[in-house]
Amino acid sequence: MMLQVQGLRAGYGRIPILAGASFSVAQGEFVGILGHNGMGKTTLLKALMGYLPATAGSVTLEGRDITRLSPTARARLGLGYVPQGRQIFGALTVRENLRMGCLLSKRPEAETIEAVLALFPRLHRLLDRAGGALSGGEQQLLALARCLCGDPRLVLLDEPTEGIQPSINEEIVETLLALRRSRDITILLVEQKLDFIAALAQRILIIQKGAITRETTPEAVQDPALIAEFVGMAA
Amino acid sequence: MALTGLLTFNILNSIALLVLLSLGLGVIYGMMKVINLAHGEFVMLGAYATVLCADAGVNLWLAMLVVAPLFCGLVGLVVERGLIRFLYGRMIDTMLASWGLSLGLIGLVTTLFGNTVRGVSNPLGGFTIGPYQTSLYGVFVILLAMAVCGLLWAGLRYLRFGLILRATMQNPDMAAALGVAPPRIYMATFALGAALAGLAGGVLAPVSGVSPGMGAAFIAKAFITVLGGGPAIITGTGLASGLFGTISELASFQTTPVFGQVALLLAAIIMIRLLPQGITGRFLRRSV
Repeated sequence: MMLQVQGLRAGYGRIPILAGASFSVAQGEFVGILGHNGMGKTTLLKALMGYLPATAGSVTLEGRDITRLSPTARARLGLGYVPQGRQIFGALTVRENLRMGCLLSKRPEAETIEAVLALFPRLHRLLDRAGGALSGGEQQLLALARCLCGDPRLVLLDEPTEGIQPSINEEIVETLLALRRSRDITILLVEQKLDFIAALAQRILIIQKGAITRETTPEAVQDPALIAEFVGMAA
Repeated sequence: MALTGLLTFNILNSIALLVLLSLGLGVIYGMMKVINLAHGEFVMLGAYATVLCADAGVNLWLAMLVVAPLFCGLVGLVVERGLIRFLYGRMIDTMLASWGLSLGLIGLVTTLFGNTVRGVSNPLGGFTIGPYQTSLYGVFVILLAMAVCGLLWAGLRYLRFGLILRATMQNPDMAAALGVAPPRIYMATFALGAALAGLAGGVLAPVSGVSPGMGAAFIAKAFITVLGGGPAIITGTGLASGLFGTISELASFQTTPVFGQVALLLAAIIMIRLLPQGITGRFLRRSV
């Protein structure tokens, strides 16, 4: 199993958000997490990445307990993170952002960047531009490309379509589907757009009040009754 | 003509000294947003390391260019690990702690070496500009300031460590998610800033009296320069040093050195009023 989460509790200071989340993700699987705003989707990814300390429960990555490890240590074990809001280094160029992503790659830097740029051809002409000068969609592509430069085993992807134009969303879907076919990569995706998550995820977990309450299929998210009951939003 | 040449040389010398004095503080403040009120005392420690080494027979150049920065870098490392790292993100606490440290360092050096002014002789002779005699050491200070700025700029721009450092200072959480250990980067940055302060102290030793309280004379000027320069450490410090150094030297030339200092302070107040984010906060934002 790539990722095993058992009874994970975490929050901000004394405010608990995650209330015993439990689920697992198999190697090579693309798993989506759906839920209302404020149900703990982003908090879950932050806790998995180590930014928020777990107050209870455990997180295991490929059989290794990482519950108490720092974000740096988790990244070095193969956990990749594309946060909400992209968090690119705005004052660095696109190339420098990608070089930062290469820190954990075992391949030569130039080779790694070329391989990733083949997946994101739009970034080619932007290499010398400052990250902060890119559009939101281009920044999202850069954030994803930067993450992939480190050859992560499991990618935590937090709302990649937030504030992004539809054409870039399609590009992201196509790129991720190509990755699923070509690379041994696992993705845990938090998303609000139902068509996006349905196009990518093989399984969908519903999160409510900080816990995973139900598992469903991509086809089922087309069911308005289910969506209204568990997610409270339309496609 | 000769007088203009001499004045130009003095202005360049004043700018170079300001650059050397401010860079260490600029690295620590600009990169980590830590206000190190012990910066002047790191300069003082560098000057003492140089004087003591020279007294012990160590080559003066080796003492000021190698021993002083290395010693202060090591002191900076210990200070960061033992004190500063517990206070990141708490600016007022850091200021208080580093102020306490500065008082402690002054007390320690006074206890060890006494409250007397020491010094080393100027290792270079003089040269003439027309009828005026001036020190060749000033030329060395100007060249050294240019070399230090150039090396630091190239390091930040082209070295892998420079890239990691810039990225970590922009967004430490994201850098951590890419495998960087921010605490180690902070430690190295603080040590680098302290080493630069030590280098400034070493370079000052032959031209300034070395005493336990000498740091207090430099800290204000260095702070004004760093704040005036804005977020781009090297470009900002260079430009602010150029501006303040020129104003201070011209005012000193026309009146007295005391009024030169007053003019520097007035210029800083006006500039911070006009450009609260510093020169590079408004212009040249992408520079290093």
